Amino acid sequence: MDYEVLVQLKAEVLDPEGRAIQETLKSQGFGEVKAVTVAKRYVVTVDDGSKNPAAIVEAVASRYLANPVAETFSIKRLDA
Amino acid sequence: MTSAISPAGTLRIGVMQFPGSNCDADCIDSLQRHFGIKAIALWHQEKSLPKLDGIVIPGGFSFGDYLRSGALAAHAPIMNEIKMFADRGGSILGICNGFQILVESQILPGVLLRNLSRTFICRDVNLIDDKKRKLKMPIAHGEGRYWIDEVGLSRLEQSGLIAFRYVDEAGGFSANGNPNGSVANIAGVFSESKKVLGLMPHPERATDVLMGGSADGLVILKEFLERM
Repeated sequence: MDYEVLVQLKAEVLDPEGRAIQETLKSQGFGEVKAVTVAKRYVVTVDDGSKNPAAIVEAVASRYLANPVAETFSIKRLDA
Repeated sequence: MTSAISPAGTLRIGVMQFPGSNCDADCIDSLQRHFGIKAIALWHQEKSLPKLDGIVIPGGFSFGDYLRSGALAAHAPIMNEIKMFADRGGSILGICNGFQILVESQILPGVLLRNLSRTFICRDVNLIDDKKRKLKMPIAHGEGRYWIDEVGLSRLEQSGLIAFRYVDEAGGFSANGNPNGSVANIAGVFSESKKVLGLMPHPERATDVLMGGSADGLVILKEFLERM
């Protein structure tokens, strides 16, 4: 079973990479692009025999893949 | 500099080694050379600590800085022992990647993010410490932008836990003096007990004027030893 975990900075934390992309887009004629947010995408594959795969992915995301101090995450089942 | 400033010649310090640590030998050398103490290397897979008076988590790129800087090292087997050492009031000094490991393991508050400039910065910086002393030391990092939410920041300020702040040449807290965009120019913080210190600048690289920089790092190493 595959799960997608998207991790990104909280809205109140400045994302300098996203800002640099947005500024470049603006200079290239895409002034209507107001913001770009960079996120990390992880695909976590859990053993098909697992009894509670969603809980495993939740634990992995919250304890390892995201730092709760500055980041948020979302989880989506890919092969449902 | 000689061991004349040594607070105690009998201290035993452990210096952590993760795959990718690269300042461990400098830390061991500067502690032994300038303070005449015994410093030993500790491998990350150890599950117990020898009898120690203090621990240094040195700089480098532990586990290739994969996931986030310090994030994988924060879950290494030895870190459970280091957390217990901190809980017992042990003195810990985390430098650069060591600071990142301490925040990732939540031994220290806050987080260290990509520099505002998005570039790796390697140069001397000016600092003011919690005793209002002006110091000069080198930094060398890509992820040194300290961030903490407003509640956490006011807690740090009210409890006097901001150990070092970046300043400009005139000693002001300008954006110009802030190399990486850290909130409130923060370069280093203490734990609530003040026994654990994490900082992005490298004191072990500023211990001898013969190397062409300052020797201000000796102040930080000396006070680390005095906290034992």
